Order: sequence, then C-alpha cells, then structure tokens
Amino acid sequence: MQLGKIRGAIHSTINHSFYNGRKLLIVDYLDYKSKPTGEYVIAVDTVGTGAGETVLVIDEGNSARQIVDRANAPVRAVIVGVVDQISTRD
Amino acid sequence: MHLGKVIGTLTPCVVYTGLEGVPLLLIQPLNPQQAPAGSPFVAADTTRMCGRGELIYYESSREAALALEPWFVPVDHAIIGIVDNVKLTDYPVERSDD
Repeated sequence: MQLGKIRGAIHSTINHSFYNGRKLLIVDYLDYKSKPTGEYVIAVDTVGTGAGETVLVIDEGNSARQIVDRANAPVRAVIVGVVDQISTRD
Repeated sequence: MHLGKVIGTLTPCVVYTGLEGVPLLLIQPLNPQQAPAGSPFVAADTTRMCGRGELIYYESSREAALALEPWFVPVDHAIIGIVDNVKLTDYPVERSDD
C-alpha cells in the first residue's frame, strides 16, 4: 500500500460498465514524510474520502478485485483507508 | 489509471485473434494538470467512441486486457473512459527534497 493525498476528482459518463456510478479520485502519492513524490494515480474510492485527505492506496489488481468483489473487474488502484496520523521515529 | 489524450489512430492490417475490430489509438500520457508526462503509446479503446484530442483515462497491465471482451487478449494499455471534467483542488504542493 502507498500513502496518497486526494488532489481532485474526474467525472466521466462514457466508460467501461464497471466504473458506472463509482467515484474516481486523483491521488498524489506521498513519501513517508507526507511530501508529494510527483507520481499520481486515479483510484476508485471505496471509503468515501474527500479532497485534501491523506489516504491509503492499493495499486495491485488482485487485491483491488477482492475489495470490489468482482472477479474480472478492470481495476487496479483502490483507496482503502483514510490516514489520521503518521508517526515515525527518526 | 492515469490521464491521457488521444493524439492519433492506428489501423493494423494483421492483428492477433480476439483483437479484430478493436480500435487502436495513439495516447499521450498526461499529468493531473493535463501537461504531457511521458512518451506516447498505443492503447485499445474499450469505449469504441474516442476521437482525436479527447481527454481519456487508461489502465495498464493485466487490467487493460480485462477491460476488453474477450478479455484473454494480449493488450497492455486500454482506454477505460472519456473524461467529462477534471476538478483539482489547489493546495500548496511542495516537492519532496530527495
């Protein structure tokens, strides 16, 4: 899993049927110091997050399909959690 | 998934079984600000409705093949949908220092 920050959302009406009615959020990846790494991903929201929140993202197909409970769904990036606090000991 | 822009179309004369009639489009990958980010590649269009210049989002690796019907086809990039609009929240983005 990776840390990310919700940067925005995309809206689409013409898409693969699996994505009908699903929220697609743009997530900036963060390093463990919560700084953007420059990479981003468009992830399916499964926990109801909003802009600016720090989240946990899974970017792996098998796990994503287990989460959305659809065997052959074309999904890879899924938001699986909202992060309240990160504490590291340097 | 990532954002991309359709910059061209491709018409193969010979194609692998299962991919007959699947539109192949040339995609320029974009970053969230819709600036070019990376080199163009060819993607299969699962919506079959994309035109040149459209903003799309695409999937790569096995999930790209899963978006097609039949899905057991050799495809590594597929257009999943056409973007109607992108809403970005602008907050200060300081780059990491490594």
